[in-house]
Amino acid sequence: MSAAPVTIALQTMQVARRTRKAVALRMALPLIVIGLYVLGAIFVPILYDFDPLRVDVTSRLLPPGSTLPNGSVAIFGTDQVGQDLFAQMMEGARVSLVVGAGTLLFAGFVGVLLGMLAGHFGGKLDMVLMRIADIQLAFPAILLAILIASVLGQGIWNIIIVLSIANWVIIARVTRGQVLSLKTREFVEASRTLGAGNTHLIARTLLPGAMAPILVILTVEFGQVILAEAALSFLGVGVPLGVPSLGSTIANGTAHMTTAWWISTLPGVALLILVLATGILGDAIRDHYDPRLRSA
Amino acid sequence: MTMTQPERDATSSGTPLLSVQDLAVEFSTSAGVVRALDGVSFEVSEGETLAILGESGSGKSVTAQAIMALLPRPAGSIAGGRIVYGGTDLAAQPIKKVRELCATEIAMIFQDPLSSLNPVFRIGYQIAEPFRRRRGMGKREAWAKALELLKRVGIPDAETRIRDYPHQFSGGQRQRIMIAMAIALEPRVLIADEPTTALDVTVQAQIMTLLADLQAETGMALILISHDLGVVADVAERAAIMYAGRIVETGRIREMYDHPAHPYTQGLLDSIPSASTIGERLKPIVGAPPNLLSLPTGCSFHPRCPFATEACKAAVPPLRQPDGWLPPHLAACIRSEEVLAK
Amino acid sequence: MTGTGPLLQVENLKVAYPIRSSILLRKTGENVAVSDVNFELSAGQTVGLVGESGSGKSTVARTVIGLVKPSAGRIRFDGQDITDYSPRQLKSVRRQMQMIFQDPQASLNPRLTVRDIIAEGWRVHPGLVARSRWTAEVKELLERVGLNPDYSDRYPHQFSGGQRQRIGIARALALRPKLIICDEAVSALDVSVQAQVLNLLDDLQRELNLAYLFISHDLSVVEHICDRVMVLNRGVVVEEGTAVELFENPQDEYTKRLFAAVPVVRPWLEQTP
Repeated sequence: MSAAPVTIALQTMQVARRTRKAVALRMALPLIVIGLYVLGAIFVPILYDFDPLRVDVTSRLLPPGSTLPNGSVAIFGTDQVGQDLFAQMMEGARVSLVVGAGTLLFAGFVGVLLGMLAGHFGGKLDMVLMRIADIQLAFPAILLAILIASVLGQGIWNIIIVLSIANWVIIARVTRGQVLSLKTREFVEASRTLGAGNTHLIARTLLPGAMAPILVILTVEFGQVILAEAALSFLGVGVPLGVPSLGSTIANGTAHMTTAWWISTLPGVALLILVLATGILGDAIRDHYDPRLRSA
Repeated sequence: MTMTQPERDATSSGTPLLSVQDLAVEFSTSAGVVRALDGVSFEVSEGETLAILGESGSGKSVTAQAIMALLPRPAGSIAGGRIVYGGTDLAAQPIKKVRELCATEIAMIFQDPLSSLNPVFRIGYQIAEPFRRRRGMGKREAWAKALELLKRVGIPDAETRIRDYPHQFSGGQRQRIMIAMAIALEPRVLIADEPTTALDVTVQAQIMTLLADLQAETGMALILISHDLGVVADVAERAAIMYAGRIVETGRIREMYDHPAHPYTQGLLDSIPSASTIGERLKPIVGAPPNLLSLPTGCSFHPRCPFATEACKAAVPPLRQPDGWLPPHLAACIRSEEVLAK
Repeated sequence: MTGTGPLLQVENLKVAYPIRSSILLRKTGENVAVSDVNFELSAGQTVGLVGESGSGKSTVARTVIGLVKPSAGRIRFDGQDITDYSPRQLKSVRRQMQMIFQDPQASLNPRLTVRDIIAEGWRVHPGLVARSRWTAEVKELLERVGLNPDYSDRYPHQFSGGQRQRIGIARALALRPKLIICDEAVSALDVSVQAQVLNLLDDLQRELNLAYLFISHDLSVVEHICDRVMVLNRGVVVEEGTAVELFENPQDEYTKRLFAAVPVVRPWLEQTP
């Protein structure tokens, strides 16, 4: 074997390794970013002794980097009632993450369960569930949210309920699609011939096989839910008045756009980075499970 | 299946059309580099049919992919050797150039016609496409040519069926359509990769007859790749048997089947169930095909070979003529003479 | 040897799929996959069903094992009429009737280890084998089918096609069935491996007095392994007999055509001068 073929093979190996490393990086980096947000959301408001109802008129509308009367530096400035913006953003991030995780849990559980049942049993059950899903999808999510908010009132739990109702459908659809394609695979038939009943088939045979795309859709939905909560809060139908959210902070800052741009912009950037991180993570998970990338 | 074939001289009639010399192909996988082909050489001339036979992992399909520049990238690459066609070494050409050439002069048909035909276009459109793109023909002219081809490959009611979609045809008919597309631009070499594997037995015979007829008409060279020793027996003059990325035996097909000179060939022939073995136990080859990531040293077949000796582990046996036998029957075994004597 | 009569009796089996109009789903006709199939199978015997695609042979196999419901006819297993059994009732029958599938890759759950794949039957039928004995029994089964018992913690993708098929056989044997349906069990295997698996099936049959229903499109394999052979064409049995009878003296036109088309490795030996 001459030197030239060795180099070619090595080169392709290196390219392949780099590609696989790239995928691993794209998974690690967003996870780190999201992790930082989680840590920030938990600890920063405590460290800053954040009280959403405190008003300090002397410190209002201070630009980023200003020193506050009590000696600390407001990294991102203060808002229109004198609150440290950084602490408020992190408190808002707390709301975003809680709403996101809560919605995923509810919508995820309901969506996966119904999707599995619809896909596995088919027939009338499938038809009924899918029609319900279709009807629900016909309502624009925001309108649905406003409707439910006006009926149930505002509050974090209510937002979680609203967003879960809006989002279970897509999770159910993805699950159902996966189950339909797995159902006809021979190993599922093999389980049937062994005598497996429906519970065994759903829990031990179909669910593990469907996990990969479900994970991807859950990650993507996480970002979407956070955005939706921010939008609802921006419109005033999300979190109640005393609870800061990235959306409501942005809303409050619109009146001061020309004078204190940081109040709207910085939470917006924070939101952007968080949602971007979830999107990249979802993409990377999909690539991780892509069989073509694995053998190269 | 009985078919009379005029006896053809096994020596190539004149200069070879396609000559593969010492071809090596490697794949990089997450577990390491796999040498899918290790020094494969063969040639095929005008009007000749060569069968490349082997089981899974032997490298027979990779050979066709390498010739047609269809190796999956970035994993697969040609690591050495030459593919000489019309004076140029295809292995050294950029892929774009090779694909251009392949569209017109070297054609290929695949195992599963359903996945090779585009389901959303009418077959008339698909067959006419090469004429329009490569020969610059107008729509009407190309369509007429397509109709001609359909009739030639034996699709009944071609005038009406030319407007149908692939899913409206049976498996055998789809394969005929694929053949029509492949011979549209009158290629000089046709490579058929397992053309009949997915088809019913009765249809297999028809397709092989069609290929033989087309070859007789056009004088093109035909390379048949298969794992089925029987299906090619009537149509091919010469054959090359592949194992673990190397050719282990090659020669006239009758000669090889009647007098195998390599233990693998002999083992294969012995393990095929047939009418004469009814009620008896089959004689399989022990063991399993080797993992290409960790090939045995020396001759890759030695762990499964009833003739193996210490010397077999030392070095890869070169293809050579067994003493006392007429060319061109080559086998990569140091004990061919004993194999032949059995 | 057979004791109390045939193990499996299939009478007048018919399987038809309704064609429904699109909107109201009314039945407008039917697509008959299998019609009027009759046969019997005793312990230690092998009956072959041979035919081309669309002949209905796979449908017969799937109906016998209960994956498909027949439209008419009776299926009797070990004296019981199982035609109208519910899935729950079928469960006990399933213990005695198992199946080996065609595609070694697709028939094994890629996310389970070999041990879990083979033990799945015991998970579904608790009480058959004590959980503490599972690992030991799996290793025994692997040995019996000719695989290294230390491989029980590996995943299917780490094995070759022939090895995966052996795992499939081990899985089928795990429930100690009396009848095994081989649905194109060797069709996807290389020739040299095919012979090994056929020999294995032969050995197992002798050792355990198993009955086999062997479905294949490959005439040479069917000839070799089956005691009796039935030729199917479009859902109908056109001819049946022993392997030797059919091969040497086929009566039906379709059978003759089928046998004539089988590729022979050395056709020049049979050419009439």
